[in-house]
Amino acid sequence: MTVSKATFTSDPVGKSVPRVDVYDKLTGIALFADDIQFGPNLYYARLVRSPHAHALIKRIVTSKALEVPGVKAVVTGQDAPELIGMYLVDRSVLAGERVRYFGEPVAGVIAISEAIAEEATRLVEVEYEELPAVFGPMESIQPDAPLLHPDLGEYKVASFIFPEPGTNISEHFKLRKGDVESAWPRCAAIVEGIFRLPQIQHVPLEPHISVALWEPSGQVTLWTSTQSPHAQRDLIAQSLDIPHGNLRVVSPYVGGGFGGKAGVTMEACAVVLARAVKGHPVKLRLTREEEFVGTTMRQSLVAHTKIGCDAEGNLLAMETQYYFGGGAYNDYGVNIARAAGYSCTGPYNIPNVKGDSCSVYTNLPIGGPMRGFGMPEIHWGIEQIMDQLAEKIGMDPAEFRRRNCVKTDDTILTGMKMPAIDLVACIDKVTEAISLGKKEEPSAPHKKRGKGIAIMWKAPAMPPNPGSSAVVRFNEDATLNVEIGAQELGQGSFTVAAQMAAQALGVPYEWVRVSAPIDTRYSPYEWQTVASRITWTMGNAVKAAAEDARRQILEIVADHWGEDPNDLDIKDGKVISYKSEQEQPLQNMVIYGLPNENFEGWTGGPIVGRGMFMPTYVTNLDFETGQGTRAVVHYTVGAQAVDLEVDTETGQIEILKIASAYDVGKAINPDLVLAQIEGGAVHGMSSAFEALRFDEKGRPLNRSLVDYRIVTSVDVPKEIHGDFVETPLEDGPWGARGVGEHVMVQTAPAIANAINDALGIRFNDLPLSAEKIFLALEGLEIGD
Amino acid sequence: MTMHSITVTVNGEAEYLTVPSNMTLLQLLREKLAFTGTKNGCSAGECGACTVLMNGAPVNSCLVLAVEADGAEIVTVEGLANDGQLTALQEAFVEHNAVQCGFCTPGVLISAHALLKRNPHPTEDEIKLALVGNLCRCTGYLRIIQAVQTAAENGILNLSKEGGT
Repeated sequence: MTVSKATFTSDPVGKSVPRVDVYDKLTGIALFADDIQFGPNLYYARLVRSPHAHALIKRIVTSKALEVPGVKAVVTGQDAPELIGMYLVDRSVLAGERVRYFGEPVAGVIAISEAIAEEATRLVEVEYEELPAVFGPMESIQPDAPLLHPDLGEYKVASFIFPEPGTNISEHFKLRKGDVESAWPRCAAIVEGIFRLPQIQHVPLEPHISVALWEPSGQVTLWTSTQSPHAQRDLIAQSLDIPHGNLRVVSPYVGGGFGGKAGVTMEACAVVLARAVKGHPVKLRLTREEEFVGTTMRQSLVAHTKIGCDAEGNLLAMETQYYFGGGAYNDYGVNIARAAGYSCTGPYNIPNVKGDSCSVYTNLPIGGPMRGFGMPEIHWGIEQIMDQLAEKIGMDPAEFRRRNCVKTDDTILTGMKMPAIDLVACIDKVTEAISLGKKEEPSAPHKKRGKGIAIMWKAPAMPPNPGSSAVVRFNEDATLNVEIGAQELGQGSFTVAAQMAAQALGVPYEWVRVSAPIDTRYSPYEWQTVASRITWTMGNAVKAAAEDARRQILEIVADHWGEDPNDLDIKDGKVISYKSEQEQPLQNMVIYGLPNENFEGWTGGPIVGRGMFMPTYVTNLDFETGQGTRAVVHYTVGAQAVDLEVDTETGQIEILKIASAYDVGKAINPDLVLAQIEGGAVHGMSSAFEALRFDEKGRPLNRSLVDYRIVTSVDVPKEIHGDFVETPLEDGPWGARGVGEHVMVQTAPAIANAINDALGIRFNDLPLSAEKIFLALEGLEIGD
Repeated sequence: MTMHSITVTVNGEAEYLTVPSNMTLLQLLREKLAFTGTKNGCSAGECGACTVLMNGAPVNSCLVLAVEADGAEIVTVEGLANDGQLTALQEAFVEHNAVQCGFCTPGVLISAHALLKRNPHPTEDEIKLALVGNLCRCTGYLRIIQAVQTAAENGILNLSKEGGT
């Protein structure tokens, strides 16, 4: 919305209106957490981090650090023995007796400046006794592996998560359907492979930052960059025994999250540090290096997957084991393994399935949610095997997918009926957009060209009952504020909230403001801005709140006119009667009501609409089989196809075009959907080349943006062809479902399939690199 | 720490300041002058979120010492729009939906602005090269590149506080 152009958009749902936040973000006004000014009372904190991947803490001496002029306090794990966690409460806020990864916070120093705090961290003396460490999930599940969490059986855990105490397995999800053993002999083609993905980092441009203030009265305020203000209130309040009403989480704009700012990462540290210097706000901001060490990472995966089909190309059986390298704490990661378990086939109908999905502790950075939540990891192998099966039986890879992919009302692997979607339409769109199957000439003799396709599904992975709520309040001029608890991370949640409120009320889009920053003291409850759930669930709450306000307005005006509310409507900010053709502008009446005849009293008053939404229909799944009536709320599905060239002299890949199409139910803002699709395709492309690397002691090697490269402006594809189909979601607002994460899920396997098309070479392990491809062309393998 | 008296012009306003030797221009802008539109993404010159114009050239303000800016003209993202009127470049970012989380946006705008000042009609490759130091994780860059192309076609930068056109 530019101030220079006054506009008036009626019925904004389905229109590509400008973002509500665009002006502030283009002029430097938009406030991020580190931009909030706290004045001279502010203290700064830095963390002392473990130099060992696995060790016992024998002794911590803080006296030298405390002697540094300007140091106000040093806090250690002994001062903060609390555990915290989303689904499994397994994580220390500051390490107690044991550190489990390089970089784990063991103490925090608070001082009058960041530089003094940093200097004093070097004077905190910590004596460690090193323990044997384990870095890979396959090594960690061995009986003789060092046990990372001897107390696993004691931790508080969600009812649907099943750790295996006495082992390093923090969650084991089992999916059993049909009988795989009897199905293998009937298969005309079987492909089996082991696929490995490394840990990768979200790399939001804004590093993690929190400012915490613990007042002597016991009131605690946390200003932070987070996707999860309300979830943080709940988790931190529970962990630190703060009454929920005394903990206020304030979160302005978030400079990118991608899952890395979901749940609780470093924020509880800031709160326990502030507890030591009551009355002073304490700012803890992570450096870029710490982002690669001390936040959550996408988990690594070792997938052992076997799939078979008959001669006509019908999938018959799948057996798969997923071992997620969850890092040192799996408090959130356990649910990634569960999600990968109940969606283990990818978007396919397979009558016989045996799937096991585990998250496994390792002595590496904490694994956690990242855009796609387990789906990019499992689709990497599945989508390559599907191509290989199609090739074996001589079928076109797109046709193979059309035949086997999930369709509306299919009974899927968990026994749930598939809500309405159209994945075939997505396949058709991308296939056509890149002329899949049509051989095209490379741009030079030393280059080879190839095309590939991959499809995906993903359900919001969350507890069964995460709720949303919204409030609509008016100003005298009938402009209105929509209050939500959903966060704006760049995806456009504030914009679609404004569109939906305007549409449901019957006022122009430009009349709506979104109440921000999100502040748990004032903003209505929202579980978290994760799982691509916001457009759907927040949208339902906003729609309900706006409809509630609309109903109140119509009743007042109907009473005033002596008409039936059912004969009235609100159009462009005016109440109109289809019967008497009267008009009543909303201005003033939404605050002051309307006078009765001859001013004999008044009707109405300030209008406040409220709405909420919570899915109530998700059921439990059987522990032994993963079967149940309704595993998830719904799935979003989509297809991507890639056209690329490989330079055979260098191994360099150039992506010429990515076509990408998803079934979004209803595009509330079509251009924002396309912006997600494009940005996600580039994120997905980047993810194929990214890897956190560690030395033999578990120390991260590439802890900077120079050593850990993400795609830049010169690397992007020449063209991204974004598209969508709209099969309405039964309980979505105007039929909408989420699409924010899905858009990067299958880009890496689509690239792998295109490379195979170009070279006839398969890569089972990520990351891809020019070096790896070049060596493979020479018939060599890269050592890792 | 030795302190230095410096004069810096930021978005057209002269500022007289006393700064320590090790203070960066980024710290000066964000922490002393509260020009928080300029962002800190890495403190190491790797991400470009802190890009500002220094005497007309884009610099990573995290790599410039405040004392080096003595006598310099600095333009931050706050200095682009004039009295609420967006520049053609900013308008093109609205048109192309080239903003998502907005954290890289200030630095991207400054780099693109500097490009258009020195090269009003850049090729696509020239735009990509000018932005290679500005990382963006949300947009995938294409819309940013298209926005710069549109701004180049529309031609007017409207940067009154810098004294240019």
